[in-house]
Amino acid sequence: MGAIAFPTPQAEILARRESLLAGLAALLPPECLITSEDERRAYETDAFTAYRRVPMAVALPRNTAEVSAVLAYCHEQGVPVVPRGAGTSLAGGAIPQEDAVVIGVSKMNRILEIDYANRFARVEAGVTNLAITNTVSAEGFFYAPDPSSQLACTIGGNIGMNSGGAHCLKYGVTTNNILGVTLVLVDGTVVEIGGPAMDAPGYDLLGLVCGSEGQLGIITEATVRILRMAEGARPVLFGFPTSEQAGEAVAAIIAAGIVPVAMEFMDKPAIEICEAFAKAGYPMDVEALLIIEVEGSDSEMDATLARIVAIARAHGVKTVRESKSAMETAAIWKGRKSAFGATGRIADYICMDGTIPTGQLPYVLRRIDEIVKHYGLRVANVFHAGDGNLHPLILYNVNDPGEAEKAEEAGNDILKLCVEVGGCLTGEHGVGIEKRDLMHHQFNRVDLQQQLRVRAAFDAQWILNPAKVFPLDGRAA
Amino acid sequence: MIVVRRPRDEEELAALVREAGGQGAPLTIEGGGTRKGLGRPVNAGIAVSTGAMSGITLYEPAEMVIGARAGTPLAVIEAALAEKGQMLGFEPPDFRRLYGTDGTPTIGTVAAGNLSGSRRLWGGACRDSLIGVRFVNGTGEIVKSGGRVMKNVTGLDLVKLQSGAWGTLGVLTEVIFKVVPRPEMTETLVIEGLSEARAIEAMSAAVGSPFEITGAAHLPGLDGTPPRTMLRIEGFAFSVNYRTGALAGLLRPFGALGRLDAPEAEALWHDVSDGALLAEPRDRAIWRLSVKPGEAAAAVAAIRATRQATAFYDWAGGLVWLATPETGDAGAAVIRQAARQASGYATLLRASDGLRAEVPVFEPEAAPIAALNRRIKASFDPEGLLNPGKMHAGL
Repeated sequence: MGAIAFPTPQAEILARRESLLAGLAALLPPECLITSEDERRAYETDAFTAYRRVPMAVALPRNTAEVSAVLAYCHEQGVPVVPRGAGTSLAGGAIPQEDAVVIGVSKMNRILEIDYANRFARVEAGVTNLAITNTVSAEGFFYAPDPSSQLACTIGGNIGMNSGGAHCLKYGVTTNNILGVTLVLVDGTVVEIGGPAMDAPGYDLLGLVCGSEGQLGIITEATVRILRMAEGARPVLFGFPTSEQAGEAVAAIIAAGIVPVAMEFMDKPAIEICEAFAKAGYPMDVEALLIIEVEGSDSEMDATLARIVAIARAHGVKTVRESKSAMETAAIWKGRKSAFGATGRIADYICMDGTIPTGQLPYVLRRIDEIVKHYGLRVANVFHAGDGNLHPLILYNVNDPGEAEKAEEAGNDILKLCVEVGGCLTGEHGVGIEKRDLMHHQFNRVDLQQQLRVRAAFDAQWILNPAKVFPLDGRAA
Repeated sequence: MIVVRRPRDEEELAALVREAGGQGAPLTIEGGGTRKGLGRPVNAGIAVSTGAMSGITLYEPAEMVIGARAGTPLAVIEAALAEKGQMLGFEPPDFRRLYGTDGTPTIGTVAAGNLSGSRRLWGGACRDSLIGVRFVNGTGEIVKSGGRVMKNVTGLDLVKLQSGAWGTLGVLTEVIFKVVPRPEMTETLVIEGLSEARAIEAMSAAVGSPFEITGAAHLPGLDGTPPRTMLRIEGFAFSVNYRTGALAGLLRPFGALGRLDAPEAEALWHDVSDGALLAEPRDRAIWRLSVKPGEAAAAVAAIRATRQATAFYDWAGGLVWLATPETGDAGAAVIRQAARQASGYATLLRASDGLRAEVPVFEPEAAPIAALNRRIKASFDPEGLLNPGKMHAGL
């Protein structure tokens, strides 16, 4: 690996390291500032582990005022800042650079307010995604977006990347479930955007900040929408002889007016990998597997599933397994949810995240197969079938120096294909550094310049997460 | 004398904007002209109508996505969707009765205004359904953001920024929405006679249930009728039948639940979404307050303590429609104070031109937000050509 460039660390900043550390030490108590090399190394990468850079320092402020003080100082000193949640980005969104200060929100992990009558929770940015649901579930509520990393990832990071999850077909992604944020601007100014009301006045800054990958400011608090849980949820496993038939069944289900809470697709290699690991009882004699989950009361789920099963039968389904118990539900999901981990046991892999119009599915699967074969590699496909968000896992051997680069190239070709058929480079993982240099495949110069000018309205000096999202060349707005 | 220009495509529009830029001539932007009374009056000699840029450009029912040129009549979109058993998920309001206008609401102005009707409670706002835009910015460039797939986090989300910018950041030329299935069955349940505070408790209990309430409104005895609290449940018949029964049980402490006949219910939900219940008399100012739902009744009570006001509630209390005489500042100071007290804000939706020039129509911005918004405006429209001043002076 190594095709993705980092900007050369600014020698002028590195030369001031001692004085900058002293400046930061004046703003934070010792336990909130990490300067030793050993400890800084823990922050050198995120879940995109092929790339690493040890930051100059790591600040772990305890509240909005401390974030503001640190940011104002870095801005005044012209020092790059890399915001960090839990460091679970698959796109390198939180990978630092040697001349940067990482500002992590991990110490800001309090739940500040829960209001069931008005259906919101106000939390600090370092609260994990799952902690919100765990806190409100006793009252029958939940926070909807559920990225696979939800045990670890923070709400601040979720907002930065506009995270999705398996259940967003029905409930939307992060931007649809956030009501307000406290945002610290690059010069340390603290602004409140939105709040407990259902919408906010003026330009939709909340929508702009969601998915901005830490380039517009640092989120320190969030007001999130909580929803009442459905009475029950039940998945059904469908095995199809071909991917085409599975894709047609998905289209027919939607055409019948049914929007299941989740529709997950796995191809044959993914089924084999997951079954070998999870022993979930997946059928091995099919080319494609769908897990479709519906919600409601028992009688509602019976009736909805009856319709879905009828549609699947009309499209040649070979295996139908309806969960009859919590244990069976867990088994059905276990295979899918362990897809990444199970893949990691048999090979190194990179996980792609393009989205395609679902009608293009059979063509895209065929082309992915051709692309990966061309590089002499293997691929396993899992994806969110309802919304066309693909996660091809490209398998390679990290000890074979040629293979890693080939995997990266195959990944790039797949993402270009996604754009070519009318989709996009990233559905839920973000651009980060991983897809930064592909941006011009999705956007022309005018589109990108418009985004860059908006970015400059927040951070004219490129202090905030500077090497991310936008190609390093052509940045002058 | 305002000259109306009707570009036929985005190239023509872009040329027109560049030409206006060369002359320093600001532009007012309109779709069907049905919301001419909304926003601060714009002082521009040229009106750009998107009406000639019309037509559906993309409709894939199996992908739940529709795209159209900005000037496409909303009715055309809705008819195409209905034919395939689908609809827009946010129930776009039609303000013709409110403003006493005719003409045709267009899909572009729906997107630019981010206005949502009663279904916003469950289905999200207009901006939540909008997934792609093309627009011409203030320097006459054609820009795109988002696209036709519903999961897309590639680059900055300028789609959201355009929705609710009222044309001040660009003239939308094409919009793409995700859509939802049209429900097989709709049922509206009614509780009569609740006080406003009690009605909001009932709506909160309903919305906090697992029954996916797609509309929750309270009409506190307008026109001498008894107060009515309306709750809408939609979906497959088997589901609606089950849920209406379960909801009636849940809400028993609030009184007996009746049901409205389908035609009456449909008309009433339109009246609620469109604000038509307050359309007459026409000399009253109309406000929309977006507040924390549980504090809506208190906000209205505080306003009524100082001036005459007629109000009703949508979004389970999260949205208050309020009519008040157009005297003084039309209640701006007291209404905004009450809205802020309820963690929200207020918009002066309808008032005379004179009043809208004097009283801020949109919620005044906090100083750092105002500075940020002006930098954002400049990044799209450095000369301030597009709908200048429609939202705020200098924006």
